[in-house]
Amino acid sequence: MSMTWLKSAVAATAVVALFAGVAPAQAADGKLVVGFSQIGSESGWRAAETKTAKAEADKRGIDLKISDAQQKQENQIKAVRSFVAQGVDAIFIAPVVATGWDSVLKEAKEAKIPVVLLDRQIDTKDNSLYMTAVTSDTVHEGRVAGEWLAKKTSGKCAVVELQGTVGSSPAINRKKGFDEIVAKNPGMKIVRTQSGDFTRAKGKEVMESFIKAENGGKGICAVYAHNDDMAVGAIQAIKEAGLKPGSDILVVSIDGVPDIFKAMAEGTANATVELTPNMAGPAYDALIAYKKTGTLPAKWIQTESALFTPETAKAEYERRKDAY
Amino acid sequence: MSLSLSGSTRNLPQYGALVAVLLANWLLFPDFFSIRLQDGRLFGSLVDVMNRGAPVALLAIGMTMVIATRGVDLSVGAIMAISGAIAATMTQAGWGLSAVLAASLASGLLCGLWNGVLVAVLRIQPIIATLILMVAGRGIAQLVTEGQIVTFVSPDLAAIGSGSFLTVPMPVVLTVAMLGLTALLVRMTALGLMIESVGVNRLSSAYAGVNTPVILIAVYVWCGLCAAVAGLIVTADIRGADANNAGLWLELDAILAVVVGGTSLLGGRFGLLMSVVGAAILQAMNTGILLSGFKPEFNLIVKAAVLLVVLLAQSPALTTLLPRPRGAQPIKPHPVAPKRTTP
Amino acid sequence: MTHPHAPPLLAIRGLSKAFLGVQALDGVDFTLRHGEVHALLGENGAGKSTLIKTLTGVYQRDGGTIALCGEEIAPRSVEDAQRLNIGTVYQEVNLLPNLSVAENLFLGRQPMRFGLVDRAAMRRRARVILDGYGLSIDVAAPLQRFSVATQQIVAIARAVDMSAKVLILDEPTASLDAQEVAVLFDVMRGLKARGIGIVFVTHFLDQVYAVCDRITVLRNGRLVGERRAADLPRLDLVAMMLGRELEAASHRLAQPEEIDDSRPPLVRFQGFGKTRSVAPFDLDIRPGEVVGLAGLLGSGRTETARLAFGVDRADSGSVTVDGEKTQLRGPREAVRLGFGYCPEDRKKEGIVGALSVRENIILALQARQGWLKPIPRRRQQEIADRFIRLLDIRTPDAERPIQLLSGGNQQKALLARWLATEPRFLILDEPTRGIDVGAHAEIIRLIERLCADGMALLVVSSELEEIVAYSRRVIVLRDRHHVDVLRGEDVSVERIVASIASESPPSPVPPSPVAEVRP
Repeated sequence: MSMTWLKSAVAATAVVALFAGVAPAQAADGKLVVGFSQIGSESGWRAAETKTAKAEADKRGIDLKISDAQQKQENQIKAVRSFVAQGVDAIFIAPVVATGWDSVLKEAKEAKIPVVLLDRQIDTKDNSLYMTAVTSDTVHEGRVAGEWLAKKTSGKCAVVELQGTVGSSPAINRKKGFDEIVAKNPGMKIVRTQSGDFTRAKGKEVMESFIKAENGGKGICAVYAHNDDMAVGAIQAIKEAGLKPGSDILVVSIDGVPDIFKAMAEGTANATVELTPNMAGPAYDALIAYKKTGTLPAKWIQTESALFTPETAKAEYERRKDAY
Repeated sequence: MSLSLSGSTRNLPQYGALVAVLLANWLLFPDFFSIRLQDGRLFGSLVDVMNRGAPVALLAIGMTMVIATRGVDLSVGAIMAISGAIAATMTQAGWGLSAVLAASLASGLLCGLWNGVLVAVLRIQPIIATLILMVAGRGIAQLVTEGQIVTFVSPDLAAIGSGSFLTVPMPVVLTVAMLGLTALLVRMTALGLMIESVGVNRLSSAYAGVNTPVILIAVYVWCGLCAAVAGLIVTADIRGADANNAGLWLELDAILAVVVGGTSLLGGRFGLLMSVVGAAILQAMNTGILLSGFKPEFNLIVKAAVLLVVLLAQSPALTTLLPRPRGAQPIKPHPVAPKRTTP
Repeated sequence: MTHPHAPPLLAIRGLSKAFLGVQALDGVDFTLRHGEVHALLGENGAGKSTLIKTLTGVYQRDGGTIALCGEEIAPRSVEDAQRLNIGTVYQEVNLLPNLSVAENLFLGRQPMRFGLVDRAAMRRRARVILDGYGLSIDVAAPLQRFSVATQQIVAIARAVDMSAKVLILDEPTASLDAQEVAVLFDVMRGLKARGIGIVFVTHFLDQVYAVCDRITVLRNGRLVGERRAADLPRLDLVAMMLGRELEAASHRLAQPEEIDDSRPPLVRFQGFGKTRSVAPFDLDIRPGEVVGLAGLLGSGRTETARLAFGVDRADSGSVTVDGEKTQLRGPREAVRLGFGYCPEDRKKEGIVGALSVRENIILALQARQGWLKPIPRRRQQEIADRFIRLLDIRTPDAERPIQLLSGGNQQKALLARWLATEPRFLILDEPTRGIDVGAHAEIIRLIERLCADGMALLVVSSELEEIVAYSRRVIVLRDRHHVDVLRGEDVSVERIVASIASESPPSPVPPSPVAEVRP
């Protein structure tokens, strides 16, 4: 009895393996196959996200297929269709825009392939079209940065703010989260706020004018930058004005790119809130759990918005510099 | 060639606009004109205007000549990204300053040559021809940097962005040097005449024996070189090459600077100095807006409004409507020469 | 065909139109009768296209009357003219090439059924209409699939079907081959039989005589005359077009000295030609000799000048300069060889409008020296002032933009540009066109003086008296062939006109005109 069962089980496995061999996307050794439609490589962070996704896949023995959409949704839709045709086990999408996904996601759903959104959400009426979304909470990031600054300055600080690109959602949300904390601390005030377009060059230029406008920088207690790149630019502006970044003017920013850790290690920056490039890791874990036990993950997996300070900066820099 | 200041009345709108914007900045921010030394370098808002305006001024110098030939070069921003990416990547890899500068400037010349050949030899419309490099160039820069911001620590290279020469910030020195060199090149040779001639009437110029392809290629090459210098400055300034953002949209600022400077998009007469003044007007506005504390949402609107006024002040239609300032003679066309009196 | 006392189909009387003070049409009469094909002829600037554009509502007339079947009309636009039953078909078919033949026929007036375009009915009617023209084609296929001739017939069919009584064909044959022209003529004869009046504009005299009943000739905006084609010898027609009374004695200036034809020429073209432009020709020019090129518009005279200066590259033959075989790769090469060229279209190809008179004068000299050797400003000034004085260029100073000068003075400045290079061989295309009488005479005197100084000149002109006056030899062109060389006593207006008017040889090249190829 038990032998027959065993035999038929072996036979069934063999048949499954045979079919698996026929399906081109199925790894021969039964590995999970994930197709990942990445936006492109428009920033260092994006490149790190791709790199991390590969590393995390290797760690879990997952076969990852990456398709670079070069900032075009039509390329992403093509990639998803091709993944469906290949019969992958799951599809990850870092959507370039929020709308226009319904029909292609329906095709994936009909093919019973779970879809995970990475890093960005989409606009859809039908939430069942994707399994889960792994993103950070950008409002929360602003809050964490604000809380750190409030604590550091005992709630008394004249802040200048380097905003991201006007109208972009991270700029809006990171400002919103930070403003919440400012509102709670009567001693905190944003004295100047301007857009630095998320770039170093603009960050430096805007900070230069802030310093001049605020009495040679004497009126500024801290600079809050919506991303690390602008903070790096601001640090140079502070230096060139004959002030000490990190002590004369505190520097807090968001993203956690290697250069800010380097700056922290040198004592010219004070804190950063990490937007982890590891979006794929939690997604793999949710996928494996689903495949094993059939449990659906929550609709939104929020990545941690961890705060880093100079104490660990050197080690963190070493750990990160290869991922970027 | 109208390189000199001789046409002072003609350039009144530009100088007037510059003075007006600077005065407005001073009203908004009383310390605007105060200048002090900081670490052996001039420091102050007015210095910022010149320093930050340097890349666009450099682009405008090259762009002026391209526009004088009735062309346009949309790729200068991308060329900046390429030259910066090469400089930063090579410096990080341990190359010396001279090799870095040579390679970086050569990349600009090469890009210019590419544009020039497309326009002059293959006769592709300049806006399309340079659009190719505008799109592809940023990709090339990204390939060089592998999509990251490549940072470097070489103080030599950094000095190009944030160093100084006799207390004057290096970008300003380089811009003035390029302006002088370019003016010399077009004024001491017949290039200026031929550029204007090709811009006004390419066919007539060719029939008169002007080597129009060579002239066209030369201006695009020079424009590429100017862009490469601008790219070096931007990269040196932030001690890193940001292939995605370096020089982004600056081609439009450069075109605007040229137009504000009074060189017509229809080609012909050009004024190098006036284009640099145009760039200064743009930057004075930017700096003023940053100093003013306006909400960033208003920046573009304020900028557009001021530009509209400057361009209106230059408009021939308007100048005929308004009474002329003293000393400025209206130019009346004389379509018919005096009739001969004897048969 | 119609009642003899009925008003003519179209009667234009005293039509005038001026542009910026230039009288393009000056009291012109034109009469079109029912069922006639009426050629409207004239050289450049005669006023043909102004007449047509006034008739079709593109321009508004300054004076005169236009009456259609006795009723005065004043078309305000092309559509307006169409409503008045005046249809026009241009050389470039102005239909929509990517729409079907049927759609093109009925564009804007499609048969409707239940508020929708009735495509079946449209196709049916299209087939019926085109059958009437002997054209059985797939009316559902896009127009662009058919030859230009077919497209032109479709355009005609559309114009006629929109109840045209007057059909204007503006150089319809310019891009057709001989066989297509024959088909078009059949169509025209068919329309004639239906009582439609056709105004036919063309440069080809053979075609005029093949299909036209009557001929109206304009010259310099004035009516020269209206004749029945059958009563007008070809010779007289050419004389009318060129505005020369054959009786008028053509005086010739004495050539400065006899030139020994056995001496080697300065420039020798052998078998020089370019397909679709000018048939291969031989031409020798000696120092101190003026060679005139005469022919009607489109005969290949400008094309010959362009080939000789290397503006267009010849695809056959060779050039020898001073006994040395050479390549003529382009204008720069020509300038290096000591050639100069004043093109016909002064504004587009000659002057550099926004630059000063000084810069225009020194441009060719500077171009030959190269950009590395600038002519010092003071020297530029000297050269400019010298030529301004020498050629009596009327300008307040050398710094005035050349575009503000009158046409004659622009022409003199262009001559100065070449004279500054001290050329050996000067090619002038219509050097006296559009300039006032005084400047006209000066330029002719200048040509004679240059010739006396030993320069070789090749001059294209439609002013036959002018050509006769200064040319030692005259080459006559017809249908893109150099058909005749007149020398000595034969250089006379009469001989030139006769040569232009002689019948085309039956076969060599059908009057297949060629689209002008410009770089």
